[in-house]
Amino acid sequence: MSKTTVHHAGNRLFLAAVVLACVWVLVPIYLLLINALSAPAEVTGFPKWFWPSFDLASIRFFLGFKGVTAALWSSVQVAVLTMVMAIGTGAPAGYALARFDFPGKQVFRFLVVMTRAFPLPLLALPLAVLFIRVGLDDTVLGLALVHTTLALPFAVLITYSLFSGIPYELEEAALTLGCNRVQAFFKVVMPLAAPGIAASAVFAFVVSWNEVFAAAVLTIEHRTLTAFLLQSLDVSPLPLKFAGGAALVVPALVFIFAVRKYLFAMWGIANR
Amino acid sequence: MAEIEIKGVGKTFRAFTALHSIDLTINDQEFVVLLGASGCGKTTLLRIIAGLEVPTTGEVWIGGRRVDRLPPRARGISMVFQNYAVFPHLTVFENIAFGLRMQRLPKPEVVRRVTRTAELMHIEQLLKRYSGQLSGGQRQRVAVARALAMEPDVILMDEPLSNLDALLRLEMRAELKGVLAASKTTTIYVTHDQVEAMSLADRIAVMHGGDIVQADRPVEVYRNPAAHFVGSFIGNPPMNFLPARALGEGRWQVAGHDFVGPRSAAPQIEFAIRPEDLHPAEHGLVAEVRVVEPLGPHTLVTATVAGVMLRAVLESTLVVAPGDHLSLAPVADRIRWFDPETQKAIT
Repeated sequence: MSKTTVHHAGNRLFLAAVVLACVWVLVPIYLLLINALSAPAEVTGFPKWFWPSFDLASIRFFLGFKGVTAALWSSVQVAVLTMVMAIGTGAPAGYALARFDFPGKQVFRFLVVMTRAFPLPLLALPLAVLFIRVGLDDTVLGLALVHTTLALPFAVLITYSLFSGIPYELEEAALTLGCNRVQAFFKVVMPLAAPGIAASAVFAFVVSWNEVFAAAVLTIEHRTLTAFLLQSLDVSPLPLKFAGGAALVVPALVFIFAVRKYLFAMWGIANR
Repeated sequence: MAEIEIKGVGKTFRAFTALHSIDLTINDQEFVVLLGASGCGKTTLLRIIAGLEVPTTGEVWIGGRRVDRLPPRARGISMVFQNYAVFPHLTVFENIAFGLRMQRLPKPEVVRRVTRTAELMHIEQLLKRYSGQLSGGQRQRVAVARALAMEPDVILMDEPLSNLDALLRLEMRAELKGVLAASKTTTIYVTHDQVEAMSLADRIAVMHGGDIVQADRPVEVYRNPAAHFVGSFIGNPPMNFLPARALGEGRWQVAGHDFVGPRSAAPQIEFAIRPEDLHPAEHGLVAEVRVVEPLGPHTLVTATVAGVMLRAVLESTLVVAPGDHLSLAPVADRIRWFDPETQKAIT
């Protein structure tokens, strides 16, 4: 075989892998959306059409289902609270990592990532016991605290890479032009970092929005949407499952798509 | 308008001593250049004066006020950074106005000062642009305008021209000199470029290994280096050094020739001469030519004298080729002597 044919074969293999990966991700989403946007009768019927009828009956049925709106509201509350707490504590940590040399910096970075090494089921039971003792069980705040620990490593890493990308000289220039440290941060660093911080906030929101295990264990009355759907999975009709799935997936997808370039930055892939 | 006094300033980073004990007094409105190779501590010293770095020991006084524990904003300084540090999220106007707004100056005053400094730096047509839309030279001008608009007592410049291309650097150098002289501020300017230092400075402080080796007028630094390092660092090509053996009574033998030198007890010292102070003569140092470089106004000859390399800047009319032997006589009153032990000049 000549060099060019090998090259062509390699190209084709690469192309095939890309197509396969896309199909792997897109087909389930596609099926989910079709069924969510079809009438309940079509969802259970056969044969299927590959184009939805844009009948909103399934969605309406889903939204009218007892407990769904409450669960949706809980999800939003928990996710927003998670977002605020994760960024509120993660961004200062990211800034400290980017700007200061302190003893134990490497260990700290390692520990931040380590928090993801413990499987949630292992933590959920002791947490549930602890939460019952202090009265945080079945509350929005309690669940948001758990979600914050999940989202925090990402918040720290994303903001760390973000702040590292802003030259320290800019802050120093602000200091020589009459700012104190806090003013220099809010007048120079913040405007430059704001889009990235917003992105990492959205990511924290999505982490909480999608989380199901802790939500299922730690809440009873105030179920989030994921926990609610998991609980009623075996008793609910198909259209409800599809509509619920779409309600969960679509916001997460849209958000992640909007902030993708900042998430790449977290892994050190070139951006901007 | 301020005098700067640096008293015994030292700086240690963990195990590394960046500055030993620096003493330097800079007069009001003086233009002092801190010159040295990278890692000599010149930028650290500048940052200590700016307040971006805290000295480990010593004191910094500006205009009769001790400032070494004050934040940068309380020192009456402004600074131009090597990478310009023009704020990318603000327009040129907002960049220049930044410090004035921090001082809460009334709006008409801000506009007046921004307009004036922008005109001074020839960037008045760029005021609405962002730094991403500017060239390196234009960003440089914005950074200088931003520093000047503050009307500071002291302007600190950290290699401000090093990121510009050669032609632009030459142009900006002349312009900076004019603008800074007119502004009547005290200026401290850090560079590793000796030509820049010679052309700009009222006084050059040559730094080496965390010490100031010599601080004097440019011509003095060039003609009478206080140490071996200064002679070898300043001048292109640098000073030539040859070993000199003691003959007693202040007479020294250099490559087979006798010279009258200092009365020193040392058995061996260093004889030094600038390349342009060597001339072909009947009785001179015998040099074997290695490389001939015609440079237009003159010809640079690299040769060996008694096994030691030596460079001479000679008339371009001189016909010489590698392998030739030249007899080069040093101009008597330009000969300098150095102690190889202390590296210092002997007079």
